[in-house]
Amino acid sequence: MTTLAMRWSQRSPRAFLVLAVLLWWGLYQTLIPLSEGLVAALPVTRESHLGGALQFFFYDTPKVLLLLTGIVFVMGMINSYFTPERTRALLAGRSEGLANVMAASLGIVTPFCSCSAVPLFIGFVQAGVPLGVTFSFLIAAPMVNEVALTLLFGMFGWKVAMLYLGLGLSVAIVAGWIIGRLKMEAHLEDWVRDMPRTNARFTATAMSLSERIDAGFHSVREIVGKVWPYILAGIAIGAGIHGYVPEDFMASFMGKEAWWSVPLAVVIGVPMYTNAAGVIPIVQALLAKGAALGTVLAFMMSVIALSLPEMVILRKVLKIRLIATFIGVVASGILIVGYLFNWVL
Amino acid sequence: MKDIKVLGTGCANCKTTIALIEQVAKAKDISVSVQKVEELKDIMSYGVMSTPGVVIDGQVVHAGGIPSRDRIEQWLSA
Repeated sequence: MTTLAMRWSQRSPRAFLVLAVLLWWGLYQTLIPLSEGLVAALPVTRESHLGGALQFFFYDTPKVLLLLTGIVFVMGMINSYFTPERTRALLAGRSEGLANVMAASLGIVTPFCSCSAVPLFIGFVQAGVPLGVTFSFLIAAPMVNEVALTLLFGMFGWKVAMLYLGLGLSVAIVAGWIIGRLKMEAHLEDWVRDMPRTNARFTATAMSLSERIDAGFHSVREIVGKVWPYILAGIAIGAGIHGYVPEDFMASFMGKEAWWSVPLAVVIGVPMYTNAAGVIPIVQALLAKGAALGTVLAFMMSVIALSLPEMVILRKVLKIRLIATFIGVVASGILIVGYLFNWVL
Repeated sequence: MKDIKVLGTGCANCKTTIALIEQVAKAKDISVSVQKVEELKDIMSYGVMSTPGVVIDGQVVHAGGIPSRDRIEQWLSA
């Protein structure tokens, strides 16, 4: 079926997009009646704990997967406009300030896999992108991504997703700006500093709409194909907790009253290494048991944005002091976000 | 014989790329020498920013992500 859809999308890409949107919307509308119908067909009462849990699972699983497929597809198409080379050309030679904002925003739409972080870092610095601006990009790119945002939106609503977007961007912008202010260029490894400057000139290769649709399919296969087991696990945990575990189970030690819970969440989060999808089941479990939202988001951000394996690779291009500064600045940013959330909500 | 280099710091995608190239070469019965380039300095000297990258006879033909089977076939038969 996919191959059929792909072949058709190449012949008449516009018609394909319109129909795909309609189909998606139609599917999305049938989710609630479908899940209620499924539960009604099973030999459990809707009002029981099990009935509630099942309805939650049958509704949330297709909903989140559908949302994710749609958004990842669109992002795949958008990504095809923003290659790392183009982003670099946009940022090269700019002075700090506004460029940090640009870099953090471009971090969301520029496709890149975490194992490319270091080559990308060198490539940016080599082309004359200021160090702080490069860091803004490097912090935002993994932390604020479409998977994290979609999952937050699907499970906790758009307000939480927007807050995460806004605060994640702020952390990236401010942390990059501070690192730039500290003038730490001397703490790059010598071979990186001594590399010949490259030109950031960039010539776009023209891409047709059907090629961009292809790119969308590709990222759906790549991303949704990889993360769906985590999502299933997350929703299953959520459904399991739905009505069973007392809601304030975690509140005593991860609630708002425990001031030390935010730093603790960050300290636990940094050595952990997983992607946005992997951390969602944990987030789901913590929140459902009464942990405070700020604490949980701080945990999520530190898991995704700061990871030990990444530091080990970064060590090849940064001297210890710069790595320590990087971790320190980003972790403080996340701490502030955690406290802010707990205080506002 | 084509001289192929795969640039990457040793992540899963890089290994998949190498395996895929070898597979296609075998299926089409084309002799190739596939080398891994894992040292950062060497990767950067090709001007590649996103890995895995593919270099054929000294020419960068691909960067960022696992190349599709069709593209590999094109490179090998070119």
